[in-house]
Amino acid sequence: MKIAILQFGGTNCDQDVLHVLKDVVGVDAETVWYKQEDLTGFDGVVVPGGFSYGDYLRAGAIAARTPIMNSVKKLAAEGKPVLGICNGFQILTEARVLEGALTTNEYPKFRCHWTNLRVETVDTPFTSKFRKGEVIRMPIAHMEGQFYAEEKTLAELDENEQVVFRYVDENGKVTDEANPNGSLENIAGIVNTSRNIFGLMPHPERASESILGSDDGLRVFESMVDYITENF
Amino acid sequence: MQYQATVRIEQKAGMLDPEGTTAKRALGQLGYQVSNVKTAKLYEIVLEAESVEIANQKVDEMCQKLIANPIIHNYTIDLKELN
Repeated sequence: MKIAILQFGGTNCDQDVLHVLKDVVGVDAETVWYKQEDLTGFDGVVVPGGFSYGDYLRAGAIAARTPIMNSVKKLAAEGKPVLGICNGFQILTEARVLEGALTTNEYPKFRCHWTNLRVETVDTPFTSKFRKGEVIRMPIAHMEGQFYAEEKTLAELDENEQVVFRYVDENGKVTDEANPNGSLENIAGIVNTSRNIFGLMPHPERASESILGSDDGLRVFESMVDYITENF
Repeated sequence: MQYQATVRIEQKAGMLDPEGTTAKRALGQLGYQVSNVKTAKLYEIVLEAESVEIANQKVDEMCQKLIANPIIHNYTIDLKELN
């Protein structure tokens, strides 16, 4: 098994994801510069966080239109898992492989702190190691993390159980105070209808070892690796 | 012919405009009573095209493909011929 971690100009969480996959989970992983257009031989992809192309135009807009994203789409079409974290989530929505859009936080500043998240579904390749309804902790670090989608799209996301994590208070309740960026319905992460493409604003790689304050994020990577082991 | 397209990108109605809201509040603190502030982004694109229609079509394509995100934005294109 080998997992690709994409690098664009401005990506800055690639080494953290590489460390978690190689040293904590213990699988083969490799960073891949965006100019490489072939992802043959990889069983999964992580699009990590950072500020690809300086967030010019809109966060993720330029990276989403690079040729390597065609290879990501091809790999996803084979059922292989694609995980987009923070800027990676922005790239996946800009590439239209995930619904909706991410725009400037309701209070327009960069926010970097811990959040509580409620696990809304365990029926994805990324959340099999969680319990439904469980409250977990992961940090956010973003300026453009407000999830927006038209009403019809939001209804579809709910109906198909595509919302994976929501921002909640420590008791698991969806409140405005627990929402760090004004995301509609406190949405922190969603999957596509095939459930193998997952985007989330919080950083699971920054919560993958207890020394960091939480290892809840580790289970996202472990679930992904389990899924690859079982299916490919 | 050479054309200059001015593309104005704005958020769709009903969406939050956090920068506009913050500017409105800050203007209020400076003593200005304004009822609304809306932000927009402007791009000036210079391109070669055989006619104004073709130039418009090309810029519209650019907006659809990259410059705007149709989920959250509306855009207008204003074209002028350059000498």
